[in-house]
Amino acid sequence: MKITQSACIAAVAALGAVALAGCGSDNNTTSSTSSTSGTTSSAGSSSSSGSDTGTAAADCPSGTLNAEGSSAQKNAFEEVVAAYNEKCPDLTVNYNPSGSGTGVKQFNAGLVDFAGSDSALKTEEKDGVIEVDAAKKRCGSDAWNLPMVVGPISVAYNLPGVDKVVLTPALLSGIFQGEITTWNDAKIAAANPGVTLPGTAIKPFFRSDESGTTDNFTKYLKAAGGDAWKADPGKVWTGKGEGKEKSSGVADAVKSTEGGVTYVEWSYAKDNGLSMAQIDNGSGAVELTADSVGKFIAAAQADGQGNDLRLKLDYATKEAGAYPIGLVTYEIVCSKNSDAAKQAAIKSFLGFFAQGDTQKSLEDLGYAPLPADLQTKVAAAVAALS
Amino acid sequence: MSTVADVLAGADAAPVDLTGRSGTRALRDGLARVLMWTAFAVAVVPLVWILWTVAAEGGRLLIHSTWWTNSQVGVTARRVGGGATHAIQGTLLQAGVTALISVPIGVLTAVYLVEYGRGRVARLVSFMVGILTGVPSIVAGLFIYAVFMTTFGMQRAAIFVCLALTLLMIPTIVRSTEEMLKLVPNDLREASYALGVPKWKTISAVVLPTAFSGIVTGILLGLARIMGETAPLLILGPYTKAITANLFGGNMATLPTMINQDRDQAVTMPAYDRVWAAALTLILLILVLNLLGRVIGPRSKV
Amino acid sequence: MSPPTSGPAVAGPSFPGDPVTGELASSAPGPFGPGAEGGRRGQGRLGDRLFGGAALGSGLTVVLLVTLIGVFLVSQALPALARNQANFFTSTEWVVSGDSPRFGIARLLWVTVLSSLMALAIAVPLGMAVALFLTQYAPRWLARPAAGAVDLLAAVPSIVFGLWGLRVLGPLTGGTQDFLRDHLGFIPLFSAGSVSSTTTIFLAGIVLAIMILPIITALSRDVFNQTPTTHKEAALALGATRWEMIRTAVLPFGKPGVISASMLGLGRALGETVAVMMLVSSLPAGSAWSWSLFGGGETFASKIALGAGEFDTPEKTGAYIAAGLVLFVLTFIVNAIARVVIERRKAFTE
Repeated sequence: MKITQSACIAAVAALGAVALAGCGSDNNTTSSTSSTSGTTSSAGSSSSSGSDTGTAAADCPSGTLNAEGSSAQKNAFEEVVAAYNEKCPDLTVNYNPSGSGTGVKQFNAGLVDFAGSDSALKTEEKDGVIEVDAAKKRCGSDAWNLPMVVGPISVAYNLPGVDKVVLTPALLSGIFQGEITTWNDAKIAAANPGVTLPGTAIKPFFRSDESGTTDNFTKYLKAAGGDAWKADPGKVWTGKGEGKEKSSGVADAVKSTEGGVTYVEWSYAKDNGLSMAQIDNGSGAVELTADSVGKFIAAAQADGQGNDLRLKLDYATKEAGAYPIGLVTYEIVCSKNSDAAKQAAIKSFLGFFAQGDTQKSLEDLGYAPLPADLQTKVAAAVAALS
Repeated sequence: MSTVADVLAGADAAPVDLTGRSGTRALRDGLARVLMWTAFAVAVVPLVWILWTVAAEGGRLLIHSTWWTNSQVGVTARRVGGGATHAIQGTLLQAGVTALISVPIGVLTAVYLVEYGRGRVARLVSFMVGILTGVPSIVAGLFIYAVFMTTFGMQRAAIFVCLALTLLMIPTIVRSTEEMLKLVPNDLREASYALGVPKWKTISAVVLPTAFSGIVTGILLGLARIMGETAPLLILGPYTKAITANLFGGNMATLPTMINQDRDQAVTMPAYDRVWAAALTLILLILVLNLLGRVIGPRSKV
Repeated sequence: MSPPTSGPAVAGPSFPGDPVTGELASSAPGPFGPGAEGGRRGQGRLGDRLFGGAALGSGLTVVLLVTLIGVFLVSQALPALARNQANFFTSTEWVVSGDSPRFGIARLLWVTVLSSLMALAIAVPLGMAVALFLTQYAPRWLARPAAGAVDLLAAVPSIVFGLWGLRVLGPLTGGTQDFLRDHLGFIPLFSAGSVSSTTTIFLAGIVLAIMILPIITALSRDVFNQTPTTHKEAALALGATRWEMIRTAVLPFGKPGVISASMLGLGRALGETVAVMMLVSSLPAGSAWSWSLFGGGETFASKIALGAGEFDTPEKTGAYIAAGLVLFVLTFIVNAIARVVIERRKAFTE
């Protein structure tokens, strides 16, 4: 019948943990914003928030913006938010990388302020919804697709001693469909005169989770390779190889497997120190650089009207010096918003995002800056938001 | 000679010839001894190895005070700094809410099984508790998803994670509480009844308090189990970098989802450090609960 | 992980006298006169009814929950299954979006069962040996901390096992895997798989074995501990060595307990998600069927977790829920067997 003291203490402690979590976070919603800038860099930068670095820096909005969508731009978005908060610490911008489809759905349902998506709003019906119309209804005005982040996809390989390999869409299709199985295959050798290729077996790795990277890469193979790539493009891998979870999984696998090859976001290839293949779309081998990707994006057709800057990427482009595998992430916003304060905050943040300096800084993260021409258009579109 | 051993052990025992040459028998005995020691050593190796790896890789960040006080807001894969307080709080909060839901159900079910349950219903309940024990955590998560997201079209939220974890926690509480209640001597119950105390009062004022510390131990161990769960969170509880206490909307960070998120970027040093540091923090949290349970446990022997 | 000291299979002492006390409570006259007692009895009755009702209600809630799991999984899976163009049980395809989904569980089932059985094949003998060590061999000063240490393994979250397996253990098993492949390759189980690296079902089996080891050890330890001392002493008195005593007294007594412990371990291994997802390479669509341990693939659980990020339409989700349903049924069967074994043993020991 005795209740031991320690048991009592434990019970109190257990309940206390709940209470603590509760009130701790109440306190922390405010302290986390203040700690934000404190943790990102030196504490000094938060106090010097008034320093003027950009065009729209004079007025720093406050409040909270919620965005959701593509995970492809997550790293870029978070860096930009961190940089923005060094300038304007009072605006909290949350990004939930739940996927492009979800982001658009949430935006159209009015649950987030803007969406990030790997594809522009769809104009044809899918699952009983026309995204463009749904977005228009939600906004009470047109929704604009603003290209903001360019994410190149690299073809990374592991062949010690071979630092240059040129691949064509047909070769890529052959490799990733298991038709070309050794690195010194005659077809690869033909595209790489003067390069000594080892007889190592090719071990292709693919993403085992559904992914936009797979989608874009297969879209490229389908468009540029003609009939070479047999399956329809999609988020689920339809070629051959060995599946690894997420970008880190495929990059790790290539890093540790001689003869391995994969398609992966540029940043993962760079961070892992992997060699990247040059791509020859028909007008010469092109190395993956910020410039060569910029040329690819610049060659894309504008597909929208006015400030709706949706792009039609031409994967089969023969533009000289253009690296043709990549994706563009759009921020999808309401062109007019009844909530003026919110719209001002969106304007301020996206304006910062579209700035030349900001775009330039994305290069370190494995993204490519928007080409100058497009960047001007995006900046103008952001300025036209009302 | 072997018949005695047979009788002792029941029919399944292999007959043992106790008359054999003692040399072979001693050899076998020695061999078995060596085998058992080896087995133990083999079992301890991965434990020490895992703990060593995690401590060595994750220890660096834990000594910074910001690890315990700050969240990850504004900290990216390439920036050092920030902490895990958002994830720690999320984990504790979800575990606490889960306990609040599952402890009453679990304890009362155990009371029913030990004090009331007779016949078919009790056997069914006991059987179902056994089944619930075996429900994989991913199925628990999928079930909650099927109910609230697919059927009712709700948004994912922390409370649904708690509901999924509840499914996993109830059976552990029922089992441990059952054991503890069974240990309460019947004399206590009978003495109480003899004094005319009604059954419900006997249970709540005599039986449960007697088994109290044992029950708390069970709860702590149950909590330790669910706090390390990742699978239901992959389905139900998206990660966020901010501190939040909102159970009913938005994302909430937990240590397992923080590990899961950062391990995708673990190629950069700051993210790599954070993965192991979060893993170490999670193990430490679970360890503390386990130790707490163990400290209380022995005293509960009624 | 199951708390070691209170695992479900541990059959504590039961009290055959309970039915009597139950009657006592309701029918025994109180010590006080009827007049003095009237009010209290009424209160007691109401209290009893409420308390007993709450207890029964909680018990039924558990029954209801398990039923609901079944019902919801079935009801969500059926529409997807109805649209399925392939045979759900024999197909190895997994195309769940689009208008004509084709999906089947043949490979999921095989990988799930194979990895779990391999884990069991390692963990049961090892777990039993460790339990015997802890109960019969370990010196007193070592037994308790050693038992605690093994239980600590249960405190390590599965995601940590995944990280460790991938980064530390995986590369180290490469040699063993190659050796088995080269020398036992004529057995289908050890034939060359489609996966080139070390992240095979084989690796997952080892890590799963480590993960279920504490469960099996803890539960086996409990039953071994309960071996009647008289049996053990009788064997020793007859001149048996310690090992012979274990074979004749401890093991036969503990057999049902070990079986049920193994079943619970198996159930855990079948449902393990994150570690398997991180450790085993996936196979591309249309890969040839392989019986090999050195192949890749997904278990039910890891397949669901890999798809969890993209549950965007009910039809698609339904296919994953159908896979979850099969996993649920699988663990249900395994656990039901464990329960039956435990019940038998109870009947035996009482």
